[in-house]
Amino acid sequence: MKNTLKQVFRSANFRIGFIIIVLILLLITIYPIFSPGNPLQMIGYDSFIPPGLYVSLYDSLDVPRIYTLRLEGADQIRIYAKLRPTDRELIRDWLLLYSEYNEVFELRKEDINLEDTEALLGLWWTYFDPEIRFENLTIAERRAFARLDTRIDGIFDLYDKYIWTYNPETGEQELVGSVTNLAYINVSDVTNVRLLPLGTDNFGRDMFKQLVSAITTSLAIGLIAGLIATMIGLVLGLLSGYLSGFVDDVIMFFTNLFTVIPGIVLLILISYSIGQEQRGPATVAIVIGLTSWVWTTRSVRAQVLSLRNRDHVNLSKLSGHSLPRIVIKDILPYIASYVVMAFILQVSSAILAEAGLSMLGLGPRTTETATLGLMMNWAMRYTAHLSGAWWAYYPVILVIALISFALNLINTGLDRVFNPQLRD
Amino acid sequence: MSEREICLSGTGVSKVFGFGNRKTVAVDNVDFNFYSGELVSIVGESGSGKTTLIKMLLGLTSVTEGEIQFLGKKRDIRTRSKKKEYWKDIQAIFQDPFSSYNIFSKIDSVLLDCIHMRGGRMLPKAKKIEMMEEACRFVNLKYAEMTNKYPFELSGGQMQRLMIARIFLLRPKILLADEPTSMIDACSRATILDMLLNLRNETGMTIIFITHDMGLAYYISDTVYIMERGKIVEFGSADEVILNPQADYTKRLLSDVPKIHEPWEFSKRNQTPPPQTPVEA
Repeated sequence: MKNTLKQVFRSANFRIGFIIIVLILLLITIYPIFSPGNPLQMIGYDSFIPPGLYVSLYDSLDVPRIYTLRLEGADQIRIYAKLRPTDRELIRDWLLLYSEYNEVFELRKEDINLEDTEALLGLWWTYFDPEIRFENLTIAERRAFARLDTRIDGIFDLYDKYIWTYNPETGEQELVGSVTNLAYINVSDVTNVRLLPLGTDNFGRDMFKQLVSAITTSLAIGLIAGLIATMIGLVLGLLSGYLSGFVDDVIMFFTNLFTVIPGIVLLILISYSIGQEQRGPATVAIVIGLTSWVWTTRSVRAQVLSLRNRDHVNLSKLSGHSLPRIVIKDILPYIASYVVMAFILQVSSAILAEAGLSMLGLGPRTTETATLGLMMNWAMRYTAHLSGAWWAYYPVILVIALISFALNLINTGLDRVFNPQLRD
Repeated sequence: MSEREICLSGTGVSKVFGFGNRKTVAVDNVDFNFYSGELVSIVGESGSGKTTLIKMLLGLTSVTEGEIQFLGKKRDIRTRSKKKEYWKDIQAIFQDPFSSYNIFSKIDSVLLDCIHMRGGRMLPKAKKIEMMEEACRFVNLKYAEMTNKYPFELSGGQMQRLMIARIFLLRPKILLADEPTSMIDACSRATILDMLLNLRNETGMTIIFITHDMGLAYYISDTVYIMERGKIVEFGSADEVILNPQADYTKRLLSDVPKIHEPWEFSKRNQTPPPQTPVEA
């Protein structure tokens, strides 16, 4: 046993797969401890908030101390943030169009220095007129120029900002304080800061928290479905292989029946007939388990057929052992490694099957739990890809791929150890 | 001969695998009478149906046609409990010691199973260990070294000796030995044969010994059956069959036995010179 484990861990494939799975398991056990609460709680009022650190603006005004820092280049950075390189190109484009439009105004492309902010903006503020309608310009493009104009309005201003608040005693607005352009606060002084590593989805739910809970649910679905499929496959395979005769014929009849019906069709039909309200994660797991036992049955049966006439089984019979004991003690241990490998593959394919079903809208009912498939379904249904919200689907895809990749690696690693033909 | 008791006999025993065009007759209409206390050898080439016959005698495969009588009565092994009773009286040693043991169970459990089968389940533990020690001593193994070991940690010869220890504990009326020495080196072979013969002397059991080795059959057996392609072509006492063979097949088998005592006839062989390869110009 110890040697087998050593051998298993010597396989690089197994080690990589095992590490990935362990990391995922660590994540789903530790993260909920640090960040408790309902993963499906809607925290954002906007949809698809991008990933980042969110600082309460309201609390920022109440920090105990405001620091004055004279940082070099702070103004340039501020201007740069308001005037992106694309904006500078937009200004150049307008100026070139204007030089074509106005015969007096002469400007060539080479004359414009995009880096020289003051000269560029000087030209813009001198000549820009939202009323001018160039030919071959769409409304959207014209509006983009107008928007740019409002955005860069007052870009060089460094006036203090004043904070006013309502005084309930006098019933009037009262000046509380002012903020200069040199004022800084320490983020750790701000009471409410929230890191959203993967932003939010369209409902404003923390994607990362949701992802962690979805991995837990999906792994559970995979495990339950894999266990059910392996148990059914194992029991039927053992019975059919060992008893042969009539029992074998009946079992193989049903196995062949299930083999020729594509699993996914069966899965869709059963899921559909159960109905949205009845479909919890457990139901989906059971349905997947009940439709994917076929290959385990066939291969277990084939293995048992080759084992049942071995001398050690004969000897066990001669020692007067009962049928269950022979099956459990003399046949099962010989196929155990194979069954474990089949189980791992079943788990992997059950996770994929759940994702597929949920993508089609036949997964567990929404609003209670998140699964990896449901997250994909939501991202698809609320067009995350059109909003450019990559964080709503890329991490999910990555996690599904990682889990199934790791499980398959573990499987090949085990195969290397248990399959004498592949053993090094 | 007739005054001796027949312990196992068969009339018209056949075994057919498959059907139609792909029918294979492994054992074809075989009659035999095995007497109590006898050492019977069944000799034949591979594929002559020896092992199938043994499996039928053991009740591990069904008999297609014919009838097997056990202790003068028609053998009845239709239920599991009857089979279990039958296996108390008839046991086997298989050809390959390496595949005869379950590699997941320890040697103790192999021997304990035998004690339990003889109705010793309720015996105190010390008594069981004493019995196992005795059995190990009989086959020249040390129980202290065997306990808590797995069968695959032993050598082939030791495994086969353990098999005899098993039989020693079980004390069946009939022992079917299916080429028990063919997978073992020559030295261990002699030891194992010795032990089998000792066991027979001690318990008076009938041994049905399967072999393809005519010499071996002649040395150890009382009666010899010769099988060819599922049929028994000749049988009788060892002296009759081997010193005065009647069937062609027996003669051929005998001629294939290498004779150590006769010098190899080199002179005859080397009369024709080896063909010379032409030298290319």
